[in-house]
Amino acid sequence: MATKTHSEEHHHDHEEPHIVGNSVYIIVWVALMILTGITVWVARHNFGVFNIVVALGIASIKASIVALFFMHLKYEDKLTWTFALYPLFLLALLIGLTASDVFYRLSP
Amino acid sequence: MANHTIAETLYVPYLDEKGILSWLLSTDHKRIGIMYLISISTSFLIAGISSLLMRLELIAPGKTIVDAHQYNVLFTFHGTVMVFFFIVPGLAASLGNFLIPLMIGARDVAFPKLNLGSYWLYLLGATILLISLLKPADTGWTFYTPYSIKTGTDVILLTTGIFILGMSSILTGLNFIVTIHKLRAPGMTWHRLNLFVWASYATAILQLLATPVVGITLLLLIMERVFGIGFFDPAKGGDPILFQNFFWFYSHPAVYIMILPAFGVISEIIPVFSRKPIFGYKAMAYSLLAIALISFLVWAHHMFVSGMSEVAATIFSFLTMLVAIPTAIKVFNWTATLYKGSIQLHSAMLYALSLIFLFTIGGLTGVFLGSLAVDVHLHDTYFVVAHMHYVMIGGTVMGFFGALHFWYPKMFGKMFNEKVAKVAWALIFIGFNVTFFPQFILGTLGMPRRYADYPPEFHSLHELSTIGSLILGIGVFIMTVNLLRGLTNGEKAPENPYNSVSLEWQVPSPPPHENFEKIPVVTDYPYVYGKKNTQEG
Ligand SMILES: [Cu+2]
Repeated sequence: MATKTHSEEHHHDHEEPHIVGNSVYIIVWVALMILTGITVWVARHNFGVFNIVVALGIASIKASIVALFFMHLKYEDKLTWTFALYPLFLLALLIGLTASDVFYRLSP
Repeated sequence: MANHTIAETLYVPYLDEKGILSWLLSTDHKRIGIMYLISISTSFLIAGISSLLMRLELIAPGKTIVDAHQYNVLFTFHGTVMVFFFIVPGLAASLGNFLIPLMIGARDVAFPKLNLGSYWLYLLGATILLISLLKPADTGWTFYTPYSIKTGTDVILLTTGIFILGMSSILTGLNFIVTIHKLRAPGMTWHRLNLFVWASYATAILQLLATPVVGITLLLLIMERVFGIGFFDPAKGGDPILFQNFFWFYSHPAVYIMILPAFGVISEIIPVFSRKPIFGYKAMAYSLLAIALISFLVWAHHMFVSGMSEVAATIFSFLTMLVAIPTAIKVFNWTATLYKGSIQLHSAMLYALSLIFLFTIGGLTGVFLGSLAVDVHLHDTYFVVAHMHYVMIGGTVMGFFGALHFWYPKMFGKMFNEKVAKVAWALIFIGFNVTFFPQFILGTLGMPRRYADYPPEFHSLHELSTIGSLILGIGVFIMTVNLLRGLTNGEKAPENPYNSVSLEWQVPSPPPHENFEKIPVVTDYPYVYGKKNTQEG
């Protein structure tokens, strides 16, 4: 038999949640509002091919603020970080390998 | 601790509470697993009947029972229901729910209410599918643009249903990942996990990370249909092949959402009925993760003749060949586990052996299709149909049937008729091969897939295939009746009918609501058979 019973349940979780004060959430909100304002402002200017870079750049900064502070990623362990970063790797794959199709098609 | 009170209460099997609401509102992972099992089995039988209708249409050239449009609707229904309602949620949700907590020594999954929520989402998706049948879609299960944008049938409702099923799948995956990380019993290290749990873990990662992409893709399709935004329409600056890139970014990993749990299942069945430890446990565990990782790198092998760039086609053809490595490790190790084992041909074992044999054919024909030059000839022919059914029926469904027969005593506390089960297996095995092997030949001769008609020279092979499908249908019917009869007429099942050392067999059949009287302390991995363990039996 691979198992034996034991009288007590064990709990190996010793993680204590990091308490984030209200001020952090207010700062996050203000930062998001400012960045939204910047998004609207840059939309009135033409940066040529960099239009999309600027728009996605601001969006990425906003998403990072939400993930790091609002969702507490900054205070999490390595495992949570792994699960948070792996999708970014997949996103890079999706964009990169799709680009290997889109940018190399023979023009008709 | 509250444990001693549980120990003092009498054993009440999880099945005991009666009434439909005691099921629909239950957060017990075993009940949710059984509800999924009933739902996916129903979907399988209904979609199976639609495939028999297709085979009947194809028994002779010309129109026999349905016209071309009805045939398009039939294969769309068959594909959609089989893929999204049976085989994707399939083994992962039904067996995963029932088995993972039992195998890791937990009382339930990490988020029981979320688990029930996933099942309700599944039901909601299924309801929307049924409504969409008022004007059934005819696009095939892949919803390729531009046809899916233009057809007058109800694509929007159907894809909405699938979108909701996707949410169900994501939440199940999340739940299982957290459960396996956080709720393992004391002593249950990663290298003592059942391979089925490893398989469920790899599947859950795919469910969590790949499914959002198909959700977004279907949403883009709906937006294009409703608002006329040009994501995929070249006239508006869109790209129809982009749809295929996005769709297969999910749908190739989805193939492994379908098959990995079946790999897990037979990795449990084979050691028990060979009375030997699984060969190369760690290689088996890590090859599951390797398959999950590589599955994200190969999607465009479905698109070689779509007009995509040759550079990309070459890259994807190369990457596709990488899948063969971890898959071959698995086939080799299952075979090596059998070597010099004391093999018992229980019906579950027959299905497991069928999987090794049939999946190998399915896998190797996949190598043909992944090769650029060969694929140009075989793409969209019956060769592809045969290949994918050897993988999906020969792999997943064989694993599913094997699992049904293997864990039946644990799930329901009853035994089924083993002789009838073997007869049903033989009919299924023969019927399956008679149906699909001729389709390899039809494909190489140039018979295209998804056609309601064909020239007379293909008649005899199509006729043979239809006869095979009827044998297969009779086999599945006998199996179903046998398993259902066991519920009412079967003998009472012992706790551990196969002398398995795995944790789920150490609790009563059927298990009590809280699974374990006391949470066990695990001291070894669950495959200690043979010389190492003289006390067994
Ligand atoms: Cu694929």
